[in-house]
Amino acid sequence: MAEVAWQGERMGAASLPRRRALHRLRLGDGVFRVVTRAAAIMVLAVLAGVIAALIVGALPALRTFGVGFLVTDRWNPVTQKFGAIAPIYGTLVTSAIAMLIAVPVGLLIAMFLTELCPPMLRRPIGVAIELLAGIPSIIYGIWGLFVFAPFLQRTLQPALIDTFRHVPGLSSLFAGPPYGIGMLTAGLILAVMVLPFITSISRDVFDAVPAVLKEAAYGLGCTTWEVTRYVVLPFARVGVVGGTMLGLGRALGETMAVTFVIGNAHRVSSSILAPGTTISATIANEFTEAIGDLYTSSLIALGLILFVITFLVLAAARYMLLRLERRLGA
Amino acid sequence: MTVELYSVRRRRNRIATGFALAATTFGLGWLVVILISLLWNGVSGLSTRVFTQMTPPPGSDGGLLNPIVGSLILTSLAVLMGTPIGILAGTYMAEYGRHSRLTTVVRFINDILLSAPSIVVGLFVYEVMVAPLGHFSAIAGAVALAIIVVPVVVRTTEDMLLLVPNQLREAAAALGMPRAVVVTKVAYRAARAGMITGVLLAVARVSGETAPLLFTALNNQFWSLNLNAPMASLPAVIFQFALSPYQDWQKLAWTGALIITLSVLALSIIARALAASRTSP
Repeated sequence: MAEVAWQGERMGAASLPRRRALHRLRLGDGVFRVVTRAAAIMVLAVLAGVIAALIVGALPALRTFGVGFLVTDRWNPVTQKFGAIAPIYGTLVTSAIAMLIAVPVGLLIAMFLTELCPPMLRRPIGVAIELLAGIPSIIYGIWGLFVFAPFLQRTLQPALIDTFRHVPGLSSLFAGPPYGIGMLTAGLILAVMVLPFITSISRDVFDAVPAVLKEAAYGLGCTTWEVTRYVVLPFARVGVVGGTMLGLGRALGETMAVTFVIGNAHRVSSSILAPGTTISATIANEFTEAIGDLYTSSLIALGLILFVITFLVLAAARYMLLRLERRLGA
Repeated sequence: MTVELYSVRRRRNRIATGFALAATTFGLGWLVVILISLLWNGVSGLSTRVFTQMTPPPGSDGGLLNPIVGSLILTSLAVLMGTPIGILAGTYMAEYGRHSRLTTVVRFINDILLSAPSIVVGLFVYEVMVAPLGHFSAIAGAVALAIIVVPVVVRTTEDMLLLVPNQLREAAAALGMPRAVVVTKVAYRAARAGMITGVLLAVARVSGETAPLLFTALNNQFWSLNLNAPMASLPAVIFQFALSPYQDWQKLAWTGALIITLSVLALSIIARALAASRTSP
């Protein structure tokens, strides 16, 4: 005790360098804190910057065409008349096709991984599905254009046309010559691309269902399907919807894969076999070739529309997943 | 009556599990089919020429040297710019402002940026860098890619730092370390493998990105290391060559696609292995 006091006195005598060192540490601490905070704020600044830049860039087009920009389908660079309905329509249709396929398939894979799969294979299969998300979208594009589209042109599309030729309603949905490329092809490729997102989130929320609930149901004699349908799915509903919205956000904004196979036709056609275009494909194809401020501005306005749509979808997805997290935490 | 009901339920269960198995095969099938067609179309074009010669004009021989080097430069620059910002922001969220409102907001926005359409990022960089400067440039491409790197790194850094046990921080603080030293010398070390995983994942993500480069770095048929001029990149060259009518260009596009896919898959497998070896010691 006495010794400690004595040492303290000695250090007090030599306190100037010590104080300086402490001061430096405190300063360093403060600087580090401020720098990290600035970096965090920068993430927000990027988002604000993106929105601001898009709005500024889109203003000339929006001022010229007004609300009509959203509802007209002419897209004529020569007469400088632009309307966004065709790309918006194409974006929504391709994403809808993708979700119609990817959601059930993703849920079934999640069911397989959590309830049926031998434990040894769970990780490898899960990783393999997730690798699908790692393949760059341009690879899906080149593969879709050279392999998948010709394949569809020979097989699925003629079959669809023949089958539904005389069914009222559906005949116009599957009308026209089989081009190979078109909205259906783009939708199918998008389905493969978003499948891993839906699968991995569904698997995670399925895994989060308390084992007691499942065991109780199995103990009552429920089959695997009944447990999944009536116990797991209701419990994981919010998470599944969140994962689906996340996949939808991806599908809406996907660019390269779609650009290769959509056909780039500015028109609204009832047949999903027909070529169309999406917002992102239009921008990717035409932006560097756009001549004139109004043309460029119209393309940026398309980008703004896309960003607003995906922002809302993704925000809803995150909100739902956040809610689930809180419920599980509580 | 009950026996009948039982057999109905059993049949329904068999159908459902059959579908689940089919769906899994379907999902894995895509991976296999895509990899096989990449190998099938890409391997035959793979030779030393690909790595030593420039992109050719249509009809003559050539390789992919300039886009490969361009991709490496763009990706490295993007990671160099994006990683520090991402790590610092993640650090704030996990260490300083763990319960602050700013963190909640940043996390929400960051998760949105993580899935935001990358072509919009290209438009943004075009608006703020390319249009004012009046020309396309490699540096603009790198900035666009960096904006995609940041959210990936923020997310993994925060997640990994949150996994570091608080006792470590408390022990370090009890030794009299200031917060900055605790973070850099203790928390970073404990979370290092996870943070490296995040950076690798970001590299894998941006090395295949095409959309943000289309109107920032553009493309370049020639050898160029000038950061202030357009620069070739593998994805952009694949885009141009695959949509061209020339057979030899399409063949090169397939070879480029194979190179990108193999490197991206290798990166993400390494990243996963690193993360797995860390989380289950």
